[in-house]
Amino acid sequence: MDFLTSPDFWFLTGTSLAKTLFLIFLVVLPMVSYTVYAERRVSALIQDRLGPNRTGFPLSLIPGVKNDWSPILGGLGQPVADAVKFLLKEDFVPAHVNKFYFWIAPALSMMPALVTLAAIPFGSTFLGVPMVVANINVGLLFMFAISSVSVYGIVIAGWSSNSKYPFLGGIRSSSQMISYELGMGLSAVPVLLIAGSTSLPQIVEFQIHNGWMLFPFTNPHFHFSQIVLWIPMCIAFVTFTISMFAETNRLPFDLPESETELVAGYHTEYSSMKFALFFLGEYTAMIAGSALIVVLFLGGYHFPGIPNGNGEGGFIPYPHFADGTFWHAVVNAVWGVINITVFFAKVAVLLFVFIWIRWTLPRFRFDQLMKLGWLYLFEIALVNIFLTAGILAFTH
Amino acid sequence: MATYVVPRPNLTWKEKMYLPAIVAGMMITIKHLKRMLMGQTKVVMQYPEEKWDSRMPEHYRGAPTLVTDDHGRERCVACQLCEFICPPRAITITPEEIPAESKFAKVEKRPKEFEIDMIRCIYCGLCEEVCPEQAIFLRKDYAITGTTRAEMKHDKAKLYELGGVMDGLVHKWNPKK
Repeated sequence: MDFLTSPDFWFLTGTSLAKTLFLIFLVVLPMVSYTVYAERRVSALIQDRLGPNRTGFPLSLIPGVKNDWSPILGGLGQPVADAVKFLLKEDFVPAHVNKFYFWIAPALSMMPALVTLAAIPFGSTFLGVPMVVANINVGLLFMFAISSVSVYGIVIAGWSSNSKYPFLGGIRSSSQMISYELGMGLSAVPVLLIAGSTSLPQIVEFQIHNGWMLFPFTNPHFHFSQIVLWIPMCIAFVTFTISMFAETNRLPFDLPESETELVAGYHTEYSSMKFALFFLGEYTAMIAGSALIVVLFLGGYHFPGIPNGNGEGGFIPYPHFADGTFWHAVVNAVWGVINITVFFAKVAVLLFVFIWIRWTLPRFRFDQLMKLGWLYLFEIALVNIFLTAGILAFTH
Repeated sequence: MATYVVPRPNLTWKEKMYLPAIVAGMMITIKHLKRMLMGQTKVVMQYPEEKWDSRMPEHYRGAPTLVTDDHGRERCVACQLCEFICPPRAITITPEEIPAESKFAKVEKRPKEFEIDMIRCIYCGLCEEVCPEQAIFLRKDYAITGTTRAEMKHDKAKLYELGGVMDGLVHKWNPKK
């Protein structure tokens, strides 16, 4: 209610809207389409193929110019062509499906992934506005709560399709969720213990001052005792990343889809834009997951030497201007943009790892995933919490 | 024969952890990616830009064509053997008599029309094999395309255009040979 009555109401509403539009339409959705492209291209390179290298810009031939294939730009138009193809294809709804849930499932798998992005601090500040859409103090819990909703999209899609392979996919998805969610939640707890907050911007702030969770030596005042805390952080990072692969239904845990066993899993009966929504949902969830890993373990938008959007904290030399002057604002805006770029560069690296792992490992068997989730990740994460707590109790 | 119990391998803790194996696998895939990026891996031919043409073997069986000899005479004498042997019946020949005033009047017969339906042709090469006059040859054209059925029917003019000139021993019209 404070928000509704505050004098900044219109300012806050306007900036939130601008940030949301910027994040979704200018960053995440283009990133999603180019992740799909990168997936195809990297998989091809890993398998000694070339991948899509034809559809370049400007998408069609200019008469008189032979520009249908360039080894460098070729293929970059593929996401646009894919989107047009998905929009123009027939949206076929089989007669035997449960129409209402069949229609609602793609949205249910896409929306949670987009909503979770709200809590991600994707930059420091830009023109004084903090680069996080919703600065809520339970950011991490919000992320976990919303991202686990996306499993409903898969389960409902599997059930409403009223056909056996989607159904098996849906069942697998639900049992997969209960086996990794515990491990995922628990492996994030050591980070919370160290940072002392569940607010994602505050976790990033903590890492700026004390070194990244995974790379404590990014701290300029790095002291050797931090190495002790680094060990549980590495364990937490590995368990969290493994759980994140399961959360986003990526290989080696793509059991709901398992295209070699279940045709296409939960989206077998879907076509056209509904299928594309599942696809977008999967990749948006990948981006949200990578962003969460970056925020929790890799220092968010921070990079050693680069100051934040207020010009504080860096040691790269740059011209300083007096506070309040025009050039001061410009320089800080540039730093703000660089911070956002750093953040998404880190996300892109993680996305590459996602793709890299997908084209390296075979799929886990169903019971192997359950065993991994219940017998290993859960226990390791639990022990890790006590380890971290013990270290903290001794060193502080 | 005595049975032999194969001992199960005892996994070390490192193997049980599975992570080193994952890292080893990832190193293999990244090596492939690196080799591709460095251009050290051979990839398939990029068809429309690179073609087989220069590497085509001499015996390649492409589209059947008609040839003229070095004196400009069409070698075909319209004996119709190829028409009769053609397994998918792609060839249709309409013979005619060579007029008396022609230089090649001694040959007597030539095709008035010679059509090969390239939709039917199976590139078997029997026509080339059966031809007593060495008039029909399978050349190296392999991309025979068209937008209509009529376009895919190669008539005499088209066949001679594809075939061109071929030197040979047969000079039937010349009484001295």
